[in-house]
Amino acid sequence: MKNQDLNINKEYKYGFTTDIESIRAPKGLNEDTIKFISNIKKEPKWMLDWRLTAYNRLQSLKEPNWQKPKYPKINYQDLYYYSAPKSASEKPKSLEEIDPKILETYKKLGIPLVEQQRLNGIAVDAVFDSVSVATTFKDELTKKGIIFCSISEAIQKHPDLVKKYLGSVIPLSDHYFATLNSAVFTDGSFVYIPPNTRCPMELSTYFRINASETGQFERTLIIADKGSYVSYLEGCTAPMRDENQLHAANVELIALDDAEIKYSTVQNWYPGDKNGVGGIYNFVTKRGACRGKNSKISWTQVETGSAITWKYPSCILQGDNSVGEFYSIAITNNYQKADTGTKMIHLGKNTKSKIISKGISAGNADNTYRGLVDINKKATNSRNYTQCDSLLMGNKCGAHTVPYIKNKNSTSTIEHEATTTKINEEQLYYCNQRGLDQEEAVSLIVNGFCKEVLQQLPMEFAVEAQKLVAISLEGSVG
Amino acid sequence: MLKITNLKATINEKLILKGLDLNIKPGEVHAIMGPNGSGKSTLANVLSGKNGYEIEGEISFNGMDLNDLKIEERAQKGIFLAFQYPLEIPGVNTNNFLRTSLNSVRKARGEKELDTLTFLKLIKEKAKELNIDEKFLSRQLNVGFSGGEKKKNEILQMKLLEPKLSILDETDSGLDIDALRIVADGVNSYKNKENAFLIITHYQRLLDYIKPDFIHVLSAGKIIKTGNADLGEQLEKTGYANLS
Ligand SMILES: Nc1ncnc2c1ncn2[C@@H]1O[C@H](COP(=O)(O)OP(=O)(O)OP(=O)(O)O)[C@@H](O)[C@H]1O
Ligand SMILES: [Mg+2]
Repeated sequence: MKNQDLNINKEYKYGFTTDIESIRAPKGLNEDTIKFISNIKKEPKWMLDWRLTAYNRLQSLKEPNWQKPKYPKINYQDLYYYSAPKSASEKPKSLEEIDPKILETYKKLGIPLVEQQRLNGIAVDAVFDSVSVATTFKDELTKKGIIFCSISEAIQKHPDLVKKYLGSVIPLSDHYFATLNSAVFTDGSFVYIPPNTRCPMELSTYFRINASETGQFERTLIIADKGSYVSYLEGCTAPMRDENQLHAANVELIALDDAEIKYSTVQNWYPGDKNGVGGIYNFVTKRGACRGKNSKISWTQVETGSAITWKYPSCILQGDNSVGEFYSIAITNNYQKADTGTKMIHLGKNTKSKIISKGISAGNADNTYRGLVDINKKATNSRNYTQCDSLLMGNKCGAHTVPYIKNKNSTSTIEHEATTTKINEEQLYYCNQRGLDQEEAVSLIVNGFCKEVLQQLPMEFAVEAQKLVAISLEGSVG
Repeated sequence: MLKITNLKATINEKLILKGLDLNIKPGEVHAIMGPNGSGKSTLANVLSGKNGYEIEGEISFNGMDLNDLKIEERAQKGIFLAFQYPLEIPGVNTNNFLRTSLNSVRKARGEKELDTLTFLKLIKEKAKELNIDEKFLSRQLNVGFSGGEKKKNEILQMKLLEPKLSILDETDSGLDIDALRIVADGVNSYKNKENAFLIITHYQRLLDYIKPDFIHVLSAGKIIKTGNADLGEQLEKTGYANLS
């Protein structure tokens, strides 16, 4: 009788475009494009050589296709690999010099960059298409010896750190998309926390795709030196377009002795429309190395956007007693697809890992958890705990759990739990009968389901994420 | 308060309620009895606004045409249904659910929403009256509750939301002797001149505790007999077969 109420779909809130003049590299993937990128960023020769090496390796690599979501062949020669607002080609010295249109864009996205309106206690690096347009709170961080800047700036100003760590977690020829990124990456964030320093505020990067027919190849490198701590958050949005756009990022984290990195993602790329037209292909390689003893890396991700999400934020637990954690919420609605999970590679002794994955599927969507727990022969007394829960809404969506387990050490233990539940009309009816409207009911049920993961987010973002979770599922029951 | 005129309800092309009239005034307790499958739960569902029914006829509630209102609007306006089979909602904390629910209803009534502390104090009091252990309130909603515990939880919600019309669908089924008395006391203590009850039951023993003003017999989608409290005892002896 009131079924039509169930089908209202809120428009994607961030789907606007900014009309801005931009500089682009000519279309196509070739050495000239790479030289163009390197040149416009005024990179040193070693960086260009590194990119070209990656490009050469790429020639011998094939696009993987073992993942569940299949996608039409991408024509890599028909993409732009660099697009930047003209006004940002010479990086403005101060925020006052930033193109007002860009400032307006970030304001609309809820990320005000100008001094008076900045988010409290959160330093932001804003990446617009292929360039970082602003980084806030830089001075305050510099006083503590913390480096937080765009990777382009780091390549020029901190070459030793970049040379030492770039590609040290994700090797040049790791796999197709990671290698592609190494060849053509444009911008992203760089973080270095000096020894025994606790970063006094949240660091965050906000990625925005604006230009059409453009791939975004972001590169982020975070190094936490001995005894340091940092919490980092990334957010992403893109305009609504009926073409599919590729986002192939590489993120590398390095935690030295006794250091801790907490990396949170709220991914809200344009998911495509109700019929599955358009949306971002989010093919991302994220990997952290717990290189030092007692180090810890914790990934938290809330994945609500993108047409296809394909990523496995992983931890290599090299240091003895190191800890890796992965907390994930992956929501797919309409025709969205996600194949996500993590890899926990236990190398050091007494290493611990914990995986909490919550997959939510609605509409015609498909959601796969894929994870690897690999305990090496030498990783004595190591432990893993994995919990994968799936929530289905309606009858046309799918959820799959694919855990790979390799335990080569008899003193180590691996525990795995998995559940699948379904929200049905009866449950919603029950909530409605108690006075909750459809939106409140879905939000209550879903947030209850992902509570453990939401709790991991920095406070400032937890509330936003909760709302986002509810919004992405609107119109999904019926 | 509630006036039902010639109500017909069809689901999946099957006519279930076949022309039903019922008039409930504030302060009254009406009981509905009748054989399995006669349409008692259907009536409760239709009154609550559940989706999927084709409705003919009129239902007016305090002057409003109920057919125009969504499920949650009816709830906010004071219609409460204690489910024959309360739903389990994994992951949702009972307290949190009850508070969200109460606040939605309060908001609709133009009352201030309750903060967590005030709410907790209130819910603890109400739980105590129904002899419900506080521990239930921090568990997932109805998950793993025994049949009787679920039913008590329904009555707890009723007392919390303070509805005008409470429809109890076989709340007595599955209750042990003590729980039955507690639930009945709960209902009696909430009963006043302003609110009304529609109690669906198969057994006279509930009506021994909660004395109805009217008993209706529903059979094959129609009310075939209406009487006072004595009708229950008579039915207990003779069954439904001899009525027509
Ligand atoms: N969705 C449906 N599709 C088809 N028939 C239905 C549907 N829901 C209920 N019915 C039928 O409607 C009739 C009335 O059901 P209802 O649940 O209202 O009975 P009841 O009087 O509450 O019975 P009980 O005393 O067993 O609880 C039954 O024959 C039932 O099978
Ligand atoms: Mg029934």
